[in-house]
Amino acid sequence: MKSLVQIMLAIIIACGILSFVASKLEAASTAGGKDTLIVYNWGEYIDPALIKQFEKETGISVIYETYDSNEAMLTKIRQGGTSYDVVVPSEYTIETMIKEDLLIEIDHSKLPNLQNIDPYFLDLPFDSKNKYSIPYFWGTVGVVYNPKEVPKHITFDSWDDLWDPALKNKVFLVDGAREVIGMGLNSLGYSLNSRDENELREALEKLKQLNGNVKAIIGDEITPLMINNEATVAVTFSGQAADMMYENEELDYAVPQEGSNLWFDNMVIPKTSKNVEGAHQFINFMLDAEVAAQNTDYVGYAIPNKAAWDLLDEEVINDERFYPREESRRNLEVYENLGLELLGKYNEYFLEFKMSLE
Amino acid sequence: MKFKSKSAFVPYILWIALFVIAPIGLILYYSMLDLNGEFTLVNYRNFFSSAYLTMTLTSFWYALIITFFTLIISYPTAYLLTKTKHKHLWLMLIIIPSWINLLLKTYAFIGIFGLYGPVNAIVEMFGFDPTQILFTDFSFVFVAVYIFIPFMIIPIFNALDKMNPSLIYAARDLGASPLTTFRRVIFPLTIEGVKSGIQVTFIPALSLFMITRLIAGNKVITLGTAIEQQFLVAQNWGMGSTIAVFLILIMFAIMRFTRTKKKGGRA
Repeated sequence: MKSLVQIMLAIIIACGILSFVASKLEAASTAGGKDTLIVYNWGEYIDPALIKQFEKETGISVIYETYDSNEAMLTKIRQGGTSYDVVVPSEYTIETMIKEDLLIEIDHSKLPNLQNIDPYFLDLPFDSKNKYSIPYFWGTVGVVYNPKEVPKHITFDSWDDLWDPALKNKVFLVDGAREVIGMGLNSLGYSLNSRDENELREALEKLKQLNGNVKAIIGDEITPLMINNEATVAVTFSGQAADMMYENEELDYAVPQEGSNLWFDNMVIPKTSKNVEGAHQFINFMLDAEVAAQNTDYVGYAIPNKAAWDLLDEEVINDERFYPREESRRNLEVYENLGLELLGKYNEYFLEFKMSLE
Repeated sequence: MKFKSKSAFVPYILWIALFVIAPIGLILYYSMLDLNGEFTLVNYRNFFSSAYLTMTLTSFWYALIITFFTLIISYPTAYLLTKTKHKHLWLMLIIIPSWINLLLKTYAFIGIFGLYGPVNAIVEMFGFDPTQILFTDFSFVFVAVYIFIPFMIIPIFNALDKMNPSLIYAARDLGASPLTTFRRVIFPLTIEGVKSGIQVTFIPALSLFMITRLIAGNKVITLGTAIEQQFLVAQNWGMGSTIAVFLILIMFAIMRFTRTKKKGGRA
């Protein structure tokens, strides 16, 4: 009995210490203020050296936190209790955040570097006139594959190549409802923002025929598998593909002709920000040509900063796999915010597709 | 049990109200809301009319397989443990890995089962072609069983340890074969341990979700995966809660099925 009491005491003390430490850490994301800037970004999505440089130049100390999905980030900001100053959501989430009045209008007069951005990436439908968001990176969804391991006729010019019997048990898919259902829709020549019940059904039926070829539907775990040649074909995001190809030179990346997803991640300032001035400084800093070029080197995604293009390796900028020319961009579509009801439908079909796999 | 005053009950009542009744109430409440926050039973209708019913059945089936294999591995292990000299030390060694974070252990299996992992190295040594063991039913059940084994061993070990050994000698002296002794004496006396082992294995197995993605590559879908998707991706808290309600119902059914019988009944 005595030892039981001792154990209990030890546990209580340990819990006390842990919660104290936790509250100290939590304070980081809720405190905020004039001299600190809280940046909330995707994992592995900035060169840490740039944060140091920004701190040195401005005297503002940066608290950097990361998330791994738009939805998780959105939930956290909606709940309140946070005071993030700069966040980097994707376009369809920005649409939602504008609708829910979660963002502060950006003062363009404080962003002289905005002129560095290629006009193609400004004034897009999800945020006309860029009132609330400033471009950070962009990219596509496509197929990364190992040409040595697949027959010569498979080049992924068409999504239909994924259905080729030669790829039995070799295809990895990204674990995202919109990406996978969108791929099904694209392969049939439909829009990946389809709201038509029949088109969605048809796409699902076609996806179900992919059964024998799908090895797994996973997330970031695809990267090490591709790098180690444990997987041959993966449907994934362009930046992730760039990461893989950097580590494993055998790999190649293709965006099928029928069309695919074109996405943008933009910087925004949430309403809860306690250092709006600093947030503008940070955004302007990230738009600087040299900074953007250095960041691109580190992150591997495509940068919309045209002044930075001159500083980057020509090989990188002219690589049409990652910087598709305007005419090939025409087949690419940006996700529209479909509304929760339709999003639920996409998810239900995705779940049904997963359940049909053996 | 007698308390000196009624106030001693207060913390327990508070605890139960706050951490048991309130959350279940909230789940029930949310399960009756649709996407617009209006009161409806549409989620329940969807549950019965769509793929969720098949999902419940497959979840159930996998949980059953996992529990079965966990039991047939754990029971003999627990039995042998009670026969060893330093049984508590051995038990400790089996329990310690369960302190390691579940995700870490799962990630380790990605390496172990990989094309260039140790398992395939052994396979190759015997002259077979290496195969991708990951992302199959087998790897899913294997990893799940591995994770649940310590939780099954503990209650069975305790039940076996408490058993009076003279009962076994008595059975032997009266001419029972080892099999009969096990069937008629040992197993019935440890059935309570087996039941609580099944409870702590079967119920979590129904709602496993990270392993379904990392080890089974989302080819096995459990109720846990569906709940996660509804909350985080579809943002349909109503449907997520409805699935959770059914999970709770199944849980109660299992608890009832494996409940402890009152002593002193039919002897």
